Amino acid sequence: MTAFRELSQHILDIAENSINAGADLLFIDIREDFKADSLTIGIADNGRGMDKAMLQRVTDPWITTRTTRKVGLGIPFFKQSAEMCEGSFGIQSEAGKGTKVVTVFQHSHIDRPPLGDLVGTLLCLIVGNPTVNFVYRHYVDDRAFILDSREIRAILGDEVPLSDPEVLAFLRGMLEDGEHSLGGAPEG
Amino acid sequence: MKSLEELQKIKERALDRRKLTGEGARARVIVAMGTCGIAAGARDTMSAVLSELEKKQITDVVVTQTGCLGLCEYEPIVQVQIGEQDMVTYGHIDTSRVPELIEKHLVGGEPVEAWTIKQGA
Repeated sequence: MTAFRELSQHILDIAENSINAGADLLFIDIREDFKADSLTIGIADNGRGMDKAMLQRVTDPWITTRTTRKVGLGIPFFKQSAEMCEGSFGIQSEAGKGTKVVTVFQHSHIDRPPLGDLVGTLLCLIVGNPTVNFVYRHYVDDRAFILDSREIRAILGDEVPLSDPEVLAFLRGMLEDGEHSLGGAPEG
Repeated sequence: MKSLEELQKIKERALDRRKLTGEGARARVIVAMGTCGIAAGARDTMSAVLSELEKKQITDVVVTQTGCLGLCEYEPIVQVQIGEQDMVTYGHIDTSRVPELIEKHLVGGEPVEAWTIKQGA
């Protein structure tokens, strides 16, 4: 029983942590290896990071940096999701440098949630956080789709926001084409 | 496959449009994207907001995200701010409510009172 139906929602949730920690550059890596039957998701940021003491406690649901509620469920949920699929959860962090969360799932596991709407997730992240850049790398066996929002922001400059309808349509198309080019097994 | 050259042309067209209508955002839409929000479907809500703006070719609205607002039982939460007016906070905005919200409040300028959360409630 988890709160999220899709792995892309976990990615969105962890990315929000990074943004709250002051990160302005996130690396989102998804690696699907059918031979090894593994699905690896890595989210790395350049935010304020955590000291050793906080890092040790961060998977506890009663630990949170938010002031509006007493629980922080995102990380414990993601960890639980991985462990339910014979997977693993790892988190590294260094105060002042950043944080990296890596989860590994058995790709074919019956309880493994689908990746889900990655296009919608990335669109929301990129458009909704104008001061943050995202390097998205999705590998399926030997195929790759890489999108670096810095290239897009470099062309648009400050004058044209990503929520401009034509830009939105372009970005959505780019994401859809890229994901489509990976082929791979059908995802829910 | 889409190319970055195409994006350059899109930028030029967008700049031309802005010269005609006057640049700057007239309104802001903020979608809460904390863990509770995501669990309640906030990502799909935000996607729906972006789709509506695209469909209606609205160019002067900026859509951004924020973290947990502490009103988890009202998720998905959408905030709308038009110009210098007070920000209006809406609760339970699932994808089915988005078209009406955009049409009535963002386009029409009238908040949808039935869906607002009164702060302090």
